[in-house]
Amino acid sequence: MSAPLSAAQMAGASPVAMPADIERAARRVERRQTFSAAMLVLPLIVLIAFAFLIPVGLLLFKSIDNPVVAEGLPETLIALQSWSPADGLPSDAAYLGLKRDIEKAKANGSLGVIGARLNQDTPGARSLLQATGRKLDAVTDADPRQAFITIDKRWGEPEIFGAIRNAGDRYTFNYYLNALDLTRNTAGDIIAKPEGQRLHINLFIRTVWVSALTAFVCFLLAYPIAYLLAHLPARRANLLMIVVLLPFWTSILVRITSWIALLQKQGVVNDALASLGVIGEAGRLALIYNMTGTIIVGTHILLPFFVLPLYSVMKTVNPNLVRAATSLGASPFTAFRRVYFPLTVPGIFAGSSLVFILCTGYFITPALVGGQNGQLISNIIAYHMQQSLNWGLAAALSTLLLVMIGIVYFLYTRLVRDQR
Amino acid sequence: MFLPVSPTAGPLERLWHVVFSGLCLAIFAFLILPLVIVVPLSFNAEAYFTFTREMLSLSPEAFSLRWYRELFTNPQWAAAFRNSLFVAVGATLIATTLGTVAALGLAKLKPALRASVMILLLSPMIIPIVIVAAALYFFFTAIGLAQTLTGLILAHAMLGAPFVVTTVLATLSGFDWNLVRAAASLGAGPVHTFRKVTLPAIAPGVISGGLFAFITSLDEVVVVMFLASVDQRTVPRQMWSGIREQLSPTILAAATLLIVASFLLLLFAEMIRRRNEAARASTYKD
Repeated sequence: MSAPLSAAQMAGASPVAMPADIERAARRVERRQTFSAAMLVLPLIVLIAFAFLIPVGLLLFKSIDNPVVAEGLPETLIALQSWSPADGLPSDAAYLGLKRDIEKAKANGSLGVIGARLNQDTPGARSLLQATGRKLDAVTDADPRQAFITIDKRWGEPEIFGAIRNAGDRYTFNYYLNALDLTRNTAGDIIAKPEGQRLHINLFIRTVWVSALTAFVCFLLAYPIAYLLAHLPARRANLLMIVVLLPFWTSILVRITSWIALLQKQGVVNDALASLGVIGEAGRLALIYNMTGTIIVGTHILLPFFVLPLYSVMKTVNPNLVRAATSLGASPFTAFRRVYFPLTVPGIFAGSSLVFILCTGYFITPALVGGQNGQLISNIIAYHMQQSLNWGLAAALSTLLLVMIGIVYFLYTRLVRDQR
Repeated sequence: MFLPVSPTAGPLERLWHVVFSGLCLAIFAFLILPLVIVVPLSFNAEAYFTFTREMLSLSPEAFSLRWYRELFTNPQWAAAFRNSLFVAVGATLIATTLGTVAALGLAKLKPALRASVMILLLSPMIIPIVIVAAALYFFFTAIGLAQTLTGLILAHAMLGAPFVVTTVLATLSGFDWNLVRAAASLGAGPVHTFRKVTLPAIAPGVISGGLFAFITSLDEVVVVMFLASVDQRTVPRQMWSGIREQLSPTILAAATLLIVASFLLLLFAEMIRRRNEAARASTYKD
């Protein structure tokens, strides 16, 4: 193991100019040192790549990857290439192509997958395909269009073919459209979804709102105790620090369990208020399984993340500055407002952006105590992953969430730079 | 726990001092009470999540070890404890080894290069866990690591390693590299030097990083939810179903055990930190 001295440092240490060959030799040593240092970092990079970068990259790729219909109904798609819904129903060639595609899909068992993919845009398409698959013998070369319409009258509407064509691109931005509450009409134009189906934008707004509110509440609670910790003698501050750190070290599920015990309708807080006569039996407060629960528990979980950076900034504030301000006639309040507080602003930025970023990715707390109106964007991602199985949409929502976090992080680094 | 008041303070300042102290007391109570409250509740003789009237009047029949008995005799919980411990120990060993070695390398890289590698290594800490879990689900299913303890260990090692890198790197910033040069000049090879000189000096950082990685794995539930089948359920996963499905005080008993465990780990970490600070202070005095 060799010392981390760079060639530049060695050159700087010597008052005499170095001959060229020595300089070259020094540079060679430096390259070798960089190489051996990089080799030490390599195993961890391999682990991170294997268990993080590659999987996340593949997930994000899923947001534009759209192989199912393109590979499942190829002949139909070729016949639909020059067709548009304005032309009315497609040609016989499209119906015959559809017949051959469905036959092939039935044979290799992929009809259900294709149906499920079409179902994401056009509810009912799955059962339509399945039913058609069972009656396919009725379709002959003579008049395939009429035969299809006899099987199900939906084959007589241009919309279903528009949906097939929209879903037929090998790579698609449709998942992003869906994630942004947009959709394509059968002619392929981008339009807003009907009022009742606009879920995601509202969830993004709610996530930002809950995160901002949590960061603000954390700021209100963190500032006094960080101040106290920074100004107490070391021994007592250390003892109190344990109180801040213990929740930090305790399992998040344990903390959620205790909050449920405290806040639920028959819980400790409501029982105490009822027995004190503050609220009646009927007036028990709904403190959990709603957005209030998400914010209370979220604040408790994220508070240490605000206290710690704020505390370390407060420790660096020179106490003489406040003393100087008061000795020049400022009241304690003015000294705080004009001198101390501005010096702690970097800690507030660090704490609030940390809490905000962590909160935007919040999943466990809203899932367990959020009820109906406390769910955040992570929960809908998990829903599309595990229940609706619309993985492309889950991937598109994940990408948008990452972009949002990236923007906040970028703004934060800019703010910090401007502060300096 | 209160700040001293200056003897020259006026009545307004004294009043503010009282208000401020009360405020701080309330915030500390907010932090700590939710943890304390589960402990007595876990000894409830009834299947309630709140204090019964008998408990408040401290009658001995109101308390029992019923839920602890339930916890220890239930095979599901036993399997969950076994899985949690196995995964956490495995993940901690991998994260600590790779993280320490990587920190040693990072300390010697040029600052600009180090900064960009650090962004790469620390990115798992900021990316929402649901995204990581979903991504791991697809990738590990494709390569046959889903629903295996190996897959969980690798995932948790990845999540814990950034903590080890940051703590070890922080310890290394106070490390005197002349010690390594001295060992080399006395003829020690790199491995021998690492074992006898570097490792003992950075041990506090390695241990507290390892503790962080251990806690991270022990607490992690989202990746487990996506990757594990019933056979790989861990304690947090078991608590998750407990909260979602049937809210029984057994999870209060499990929670109490976990609180005691984390309190002990925290004391251990604090002890190491203080010993490290004391050691460093005495070095500089000499």
